[in-house]
Amino acid sequence: MEQRTVTVGSASGLHARPAALFVKAAAVAPARVKIRVGDGRAVDARSMLSVLSLGAKKGTVVTLEAEGDHAGPAVDELAALLERDLDAEPGPA
Amino acid sequence: MTTELTGLGVSPGVVVGPVCRMGGRPALPPAGPPPADPEAEVGLAAAALETVAKDLAARADGAGEEAAAILEAQALMAADPALADGVADRVRAGASAAHALHAAFGEYRELLAAAGGYLGERVADLDDIRDRAMAAALGRPLPGVPAPGYPYVLVAEDLAPADTVGLDPRTVLALVTERGSPTSHTAILARSLGLPAVVGCRAAAELADGTVVRVDGGSGVVVAGVDPAGIAAGPPAAARPDYTGPGRTADGHPVQLLLNVGSAADFAPDAGGTGDAARAVGLAGAEGVGLFRTELLFLDRSDMPDAAEQQRAYEELFRAAGGRKVVLRTLDAGADKPLPFLGLRPEPNPALGVRGLRVARVMPEVLEAQLAAVAGAARATGAEVWVMAPMVSTAAEAASFAAAVRAAGLPTAGVMVEVPAAALHADRLLAAVDFLSIGTNDLGQYTMAADRQSGDLAELLDPWQPAVLQLIAACGAAGRQAGKPVGVCGEAAADPLLALVLVGLGVTSLSMAPRSVPAVGAALAAHSLAECEQLAAAAVAAAGAREARDAVQAAAR
Repeated sequence: MEQRTVTVGSASGLHARPAALFVKAAAVAPARVKIRVGDGRAVDARSMLSVLSLGAKKGTVVTLEAEGDHAGPAVDELAALLERDLDAEPGPA
Repeated sequence: MTTELTGLGVSPGVVVGPVCRMGGRPALPPAGPPPADPEAEVGLAAAALETVAKDLAARADGAGEEAAAILEAQALMAADPALADGVADRVRAGASAAHALHAAFGEYRELLAAAGGYLGERVADLDDIRDRAMAAALGRPLPGVPAPGYPYVLVAEDLAPADTVGLDPRTVLALVTERGSPTSHTAILARSLGLPAVVGCRAAAELADGTVVRVDGGSGVVVAGVDPAGIAAGPPAAARPDYTGPGRTADGHPVQLLLNVGSAADFAPDAGGTGDAARAVGLAGAEGVGLFRTELLFLDRSDMPDAAEQQRAYEELFRAAGGRKVVLRTLDAGADKPLPFLGLRPEPNPALGVRGLRVARVMPEVLEAQLAAVAGAARATGAEVWVMAPMVSTAAEAASFAAAVRAAGLPTAGVMVEVPAAALHADRLLAAVDFLSIGTNDLGQYTMAADRQSGDLAELLDPWQPAVLQLIAACGAAGRQAGKPVGVCGEAAADPLLALVLVGLGVTSLSMAPRSVPAVGAALAAHSLAECEQLAAAAVAAAGAREARDAVQAAAR
């Protein structure tokens, strides 16, 4: 199993636009990724409601997990997304 | 083959267009036996969720940035795979699609609500998606104002203020409701947007989506099944773009024509190009603001706006009024028009409860804060600001309010007359305050003991009811005796025929939606004060509302 532990970088945490961006990226990732806070239950990263319920704020440490082919790149890509301050970045044109 | 339906015409104009029904919130039907074909039922639920997700994503595309973010998040929630799994599990366990959806959403609702804060606020978004998905699964129209992508006639059981936030007069051609009365929110909204509207049209329940109808907001007649090509839509009646003011009768007796507004945005020029000449003329020609509804600025606030924020909002409006007089009404809230930050307890009869000035009995600091902010804004802008309180019942209340206004440094205090007791004691009220403003919508409600929202009692709520006119006459006489102004700011002021009667009863100013100003101005200019007084006498003496209107219609120019 591939794992990455990262700190949520968006100012609003894993809420609103950052959550939407993360969930959309997870939906098209090459492997099924799960996300958990600390030792909590790991939830499907494609589930907006589950991701929101994590209540992750800026600075919360989360762990991404995935198995099988392409697990590594999938987890890397989503981890990189979480670390950025997505609130500071401009929206789509 | 056409069918004719009748209701009450509350906003004039004739249009032809297709019906789009606004769905109400679907009620969960009683639980039945397990579905005969569970997999088909799973498919039905999944299709409902997909429909909702697509609809929300499409709306996000056309929306402003902030709205788009919320709609997109909602679309993702509707498309949530974990939610879909939860629904499917419940269907396979024996629930119908609607019940499975309700329960699955309920689970997440509890999670979000328990988390509170930002997540707690998402509960309303989730409920909205749940209602839409249930409606889709039950084969009903989706709740909320439709956005089919073409202009249409909005048909609904009734319209609440929250339902119509963001209603775009460029895509909605007319309003038709099954319930509602001349003073209901639908009527007020329609007049302010310049949309033809018919309320209390019970048969509208049978109008199907797509039916082409001809709506006449003046006569209240809706004709269904017309040929869209055959009938030309007419422009709203009496635009009279040549009015410049000031308001006066034919023999020069002044009657100030003023505006009813809720925010500085109400003064904005019409950027959408709907070509509403009457509104532009009204904005320019009116002599000031006769009713500034301050609560509209704070309708969605859960924490009290502080002094600085209030002052900024008031300054913005005073400036938008461009040096003209502004009559500001202090917060008019009650259990039915809630201002969340007041935390008012629910009441069994909100119309008869702690509302308007009565809130100051339980929360005096709210009124003090508002008056201080108004005074600050008046000083900062140099505007001429008059302040009045809603829902005043006694001369003692009026006197105490006037004292508070003057203590805050504002020179001119008045009260609204909405309660019959206030009308009967208008002379005592005028001994304590500088002016009166009659709220005819609520005065009609309390005098005729008829709920403003009731479609069944619409006739009792007709502003032409002679008993109500008689109370207005009492106020007019008191004003004349005291040498103080008595205005009308209810919907009655916007009716050119009724305006003549009001002036004949002694009313000295009329406040209305901007687009109504030119027609009222023209009607006044065509009659002398003596003629207005004759029309008023005929109206008060009439046997009923319809007879009063007919008598004045026959005698007026």
